[in-house]
Amino acid sequence: MKVRLAEVAHSRAGDKGTLVTLSLIPYEPRHYPDLCRLVTADLVRDHLAGRVRGQVLRHEMPNLPALLFVCRRDPDDTVTASLYLDTHAKSLSSALLELIVDLPDAPEGHPA
Amino acid sequence: MRTVRVGCGAGFAGDRVQPAVDLVDRGELDYLVLECLAERTTALGQLRRLADPTAGYDPSLDRRMRLLLKPLARTGTRLVTNIGSADPPAAARRVLQIAAELAVPVSVAAVTGDDVLDRIDVTAPAWEDGRPLIEHGELVSASAYLGADALLPALRGGAQVVIGGRIADPSLFVAPLAHEFGWSLDDVDRIAGATAIGHLLECGGQVTGGYFADPPYKTVPDLANLGYPIAEVDEDAAGVLTKPPGTGGRVDRMTVAEQLAYEVTDPRAYLTPDVTADFTTVRIHETGPDRVRVTATTGAPRPPTLKVSVGYRAGFRCEAEISYAGATALDRARLAGQVVADRLGDLIPRLRIDYIGATALHGDDLGGGAEPYECRLRIAGIAPTREAAEAIGDEVTALYTTGPAGGGGVRVTTEEVIGIVSTSIERSLVEPRVHHLAADR
Repeated sequence: MKVRLAEVAHSRAGDKGTLVTLSLIPYEPRHYPDLCRLVTADLVRDHLAGRVRGQVLRHEMPNLPALLFVCRRDPDDTVTASLYLDTHAKSLSSALLELIVDLPDAPEGHPA
Repeated sequence: MRTVRVGCGAGFAGDRVQPAVDLVDRGELDYLVLECLAERTTALGQLRRLADPTAGYDPSLDRRMRLLLKPLARTGTRLVTNIGSADPPAAARRVLQIAAELAVPVSVAAVTGDDVLDRIDVTAPAWEDGRPLIEHGELVSASAYLGADALLPALRGGAQVVIGGRIADPSLFVAPLAHEFGWSLDDVDRIAGATAIGHLLECGGQVTGGYFADPPYKTVPDLANLGYPIAEVDEDAAGVLTKPPGTGGRVDRMTVAEQLAYEVTDPRAYLTPDVTADFTTVRIHETGPDRVRVTATTGAPRPPTLKVSVGYRAGFRCEAEISYAGATALDRARLAGQVVADRLGDLIPRLRIDYIGATALHGDDLGGGAEPYECRLRIAGIAPTREAAEAIGDEVTALYTTGPAGGGGVRVTTEEVIGIVSTSIERSLVEPRVHHLAADR
């Protein structure tokens, strides 16, 4: 079943220098293995190509469970010197949740 | 088992003031922490100090202390904060002045040693881009991230208010916990546990439901009355996160998970001056309404060097905006953007044109869908001088009479930009000092 990530997971963006971190946390932990399989670093890199440059690193945090994407920005795209409206890139969490994935057992309706 | 209660009443320089007062009044705290710095605010503090030698501390200090000093004294709560920014001794003196005006007895200690501008290797490569620091521009600040070891002498000395500058955010929490429980700073698992709790607390309301609401998916009760976080920490550095009764917000598995992963670039090695913490071992359990227990963080020894945040003059940024409406709003905004770009020619080395309401945040692929009813043109640029940057604002303002039809609501701001890059410094070159200030000056 095709589903927007926003229907099954939540995300928070953080910034460190030229890096942006994006967590991806399933509402239901049982979806974590599917998210690990479906939401690859390359998929996120291509989806966020409007702002993100180069390789995206993906970390797994099975204890939460959560995925954590570490994305690189242009060298001059930092929180103090960026020309972007959203200098921190905080809004990228919403972009990530717009990704559409094919999740076998996506739930009906909105959790939480 | 004995617990120590630590609250976080501010997570950045611009944070709200009242939640900290609520924490002290109703949180039964042993310690209140105010985290009031970011990379940018440290550099701005240095600039303020260059312009006015008495103004190096965070400008929110007066507002916060006038409301907090009485409740702190009444409840016997100690305060640990980095609000001293570029000048902790001046901040400490100001706290004593305000305390005298309010007739509140208080002892204050200032922690210095983070300013290392006179001892960094300016030819060292910046972590971000590999270019030598000095090539980025005139360096105006270099702040080493001090750790819990810099704060401990101030706490042992008995100061009720401890004011530093660039101290690593989690260390503001690690220090009082290590002090209360008598932990060795080499006890890596306990220091890592306290670091995880400090990391969860350091952004204030971000762990209690701030930066979280996304209805209908994620709702937050009474967000307007968001309560700030408290941790009840035990001698094994496990803790329960909660918030004051009667406040808005929520503390649960979801809010804690979002904040644990926040700004973490390697969850197996979260580096601070105190420890290398492994956040992939952390366990979080809901133990009651608005109560989450955090356990099992593990640690490895601290990094051998300290991180330094280096500020440099990066020119002047002008941002100018104008709005268009109606079915052709985006088309006219694009025309106006092109007109301004043509008129500016090559005057501005870095220029960006955005269409707010359409593609400004995420570009054409994600934002290029339906035509918006209204669109705000935004033109931003950085130039070496204020005069050159202000040409952007002049040209956007001139769109009123010389641009497309129906443009309104011009706003222009121009400000100096302090760029930030990072490097490291040997610990032996950094000398933290504690200055105890007497109240009866």
